[in-house]
Amino acid sequence: MARIQLNDVKKSYGDVNVLRDINLDIQDGEFIVLVGPSGCGKSTLLRMIAGLEPISGGDFMIDGERMNDVRPRDRDIAMVFQSYALYPHMDVARNMGFSMEIRGDAAEERKSKVAAAAETLGLSKLTNRLPKALSGGQRQRVAMGRAIIRDPRAFLFDEPLSNLDAALRVEMRLEIARLHQKLGATMIYVTHDQVEALTLADRIVVLEGGDIQQVGSPLELYERPANKFVAQFIGSPTMNVVPVEGGAGGITLAGSKLTLPHLGDTSAAVELGIRPEHIDVVAPDQGMLKAVADVVEHLGSDTNIYARVEGIGPMMVRVHGNIPARSGDLLGLNIQPLNAHIFAADGTALRRADAIAA
Amino acid sequence: MPAALRRSPAATVAKYAALLCYLVFALFPLYWLIKIAVTPDALVFTEGTQVIPSAVTLDNFRTVLLQTDFLSYFGNSLYVSLGTAAVTTLVAAAAGYAFSRFDFAGKKLLIAVMLITQMFPLLMIIAPIYKIISQVGMLNSLTSLIVVYTAFNIPFATFLMQSFFDGIPKDLEEAAMMDGSTRFQALYKVVFPLTLPGLGATLGFVFTAAWSELLFALMLISKNDAMTFPVGLLTFVSKFSVDWGQMMAAGVLALVPSCLFFIFIQRYLVQGLTSGAVKG
Ligand SMILES: Nc1ncnc2c1ncn2[C@@H]1O[C@H](COP(=O)(O)OP(=O)(O)OP(=O)(O)O)[C@@H](O)[C@H]1O
Ligand SMILES: [Mg+2]
Repeated sequence: MARIQLNDVKKSYGDVNVLRDINLDIQDGEFIVLVGPSGCGKSTLLRMIAGLEPISGGDFMIDGERMNDVRPRDRDIAMVFQSYALYPHMDVARNMGFSMEIRGDAAEERKSKVAAAAETLGLSKLTNRLPKALSGGQRQRVAMGRAIIRDPRAFLFDEPLSNLDAALRVEMRLEIARLHQKLGATMIYVTHDQVEALTLADRIVVLEGGDIQQVGSPLELYERPANKFVAQFIGSPTMNVVPVEGGAGGITLAGSKLTLPHLGDTSAAVELGIRPEHIDVVAPDQGMLKAVADVVEHLGSDTNIYARVEGIGPMMVRVHGNIPARSGDLLGLNIQPLNAHIFAADGTALRRADAIAA
Repeated sequence: MPAALRRSPAATVAKYAALLCYLVFALFPLYWLIKIAVTPDALVFTEGTQVIPSAVTLDNFRTVLLQTDFLSYFGNSLYVSLGTAAVTTLVAAAAGYAFSRFDFAGKKLLIAVMLITQMFPLLMIIAPIYKIISQVGMLNSLTSLIVVYTAFNIPFATFLMQSFFDGIPKDLEEAAMMDGSTRFQALYKVVFPLTLPGLGATLGFVFTAAWSELLFALMLISKNDAMTFPVGLLTFVSKFSVDWGQMMAAGVLALVPSCLFFIFIQRYLVQGLTSGAVKG
């Protein structure tokens, strides 16, 4: 059981405010993913929850109990470090059982729990090895084993997979998802990787410039980003953002009018955001926009077109499946109005009419 | 085997020739020391620079061990050097850990002051040190040597230890603390075993420095029964003439503890004890 609450939590180093008024309410058993650009304070926030970094202000609570000044060892939280941080002079079994050794548990009990954890993680044959004789993926597993053996209230992961190659990353990602299902523990996970964030998270927290930009389920962030930053940060390839003229009944884009019934009043509109996969390619003279294909990438499942759009500039279009476009082709483009996002001058997204109603 | 890894025979020969030159250059004085020590007194001057003596004897060793105060000098030196090495390493380890891991007021100043102490030639402070030691009535005591040597060696030893602590990832201690240990337990169970090479190197360095120190030992010790070995060695000079054979025999014997000490600690001097801790 662990409900983790952050109320106006702050962090500053001297005059530098790294995190401002962070508010988060993490439910028991929830899988929270922290994302954001490098240097936005993800690791700092995680380390504050772990107790490795003092909290400058606000309240940090676990299950309703204020924990700001509680030592790491008394918080009952496990952490998997990006560097793995395995004890190099101890074999795998002792690494995994170290927390029990410190607690003074009986050797028998320790042995059986280590064996069970090693079994779960496929490390049974390696328990006598030193960390230096393990591959990256195996070290990663040992680091996870060290965490699960404690049966902690919550798990923290700081970019645990960033040192692994692509194939191993996919495998370990599934393993972490499985682990979460099995243990049902609260997990907080920091990553740079969109796919990890979108596939693992119950809710994603987008951090930038010391503030939380948005908290929501992966689909919410994809479909209803709260502002331009989130819109461009979530989703790959990146959303196109182009300047538009606002108007009460719709917007004007490169001379053409576009009505956006789901957004209501669009007079505050300054920019339009449209994801590459939400633009349709039609015959050159039929589309709302005229474009020339600059570069065409055939990925098999998708086709990426880097287009130069008349009156706008470069835009990226992604079409599902294979289409016979080549670079230099003239194209017509249509924006799917229901998937368009509109941003005001301060970058906030105009809310959908249905979202307002709800 | 890929071609790039194969060496041409000429390159191999050149490499070993270079190594041999270096070895001969480095070890020749040592050879000369041993050679004179085993050469009978009568031949030392007549054979002069002959590389291999025509006769070999252990008489010099016998005389040094049985008929001089060598053993007493030797014991004094051992006591002073071991004491200095132990105290210095203990203090330097604690200070190095603090410098490496904590931020505290005056840290930069302290480091600067320690650096400055290393910039003065020792000769400059011999007189004040002598005055201080004589006023507290510690002249002719081995303890005074330990105190002085420790004071001189601590700055360098601290920097040495700090660099060893810096080489141990902070993550390891933090992981141990997340695993439920106190800072002290993390230090004792995780950091300490990984610092053994550093402790070994520091012990060895300080031991050797104290073992061969002459200047202060000469100034602060005048009684024969408190003399350390380097001072005692000078007594071979002053008697009738220079007794080269005995002096060299004493010198050879003096090498023994240093060698033993390094053989003992060399297994801690291996590199790469922390490999595998982090992806690298
Ligand atoms: N001791 C410190 N003094 C001053 N600023 C610091 C200190 N430690 C970290 N910072 C600042 O805090 C900010 C957040 O750092 P943090 O490591 O949490 O970023 P991050 O989001 O984890 O980045 P990355 O994705 O690169 O790991 C950074 O801008 C960093 O410069
Ligand atoms: Mg980080």
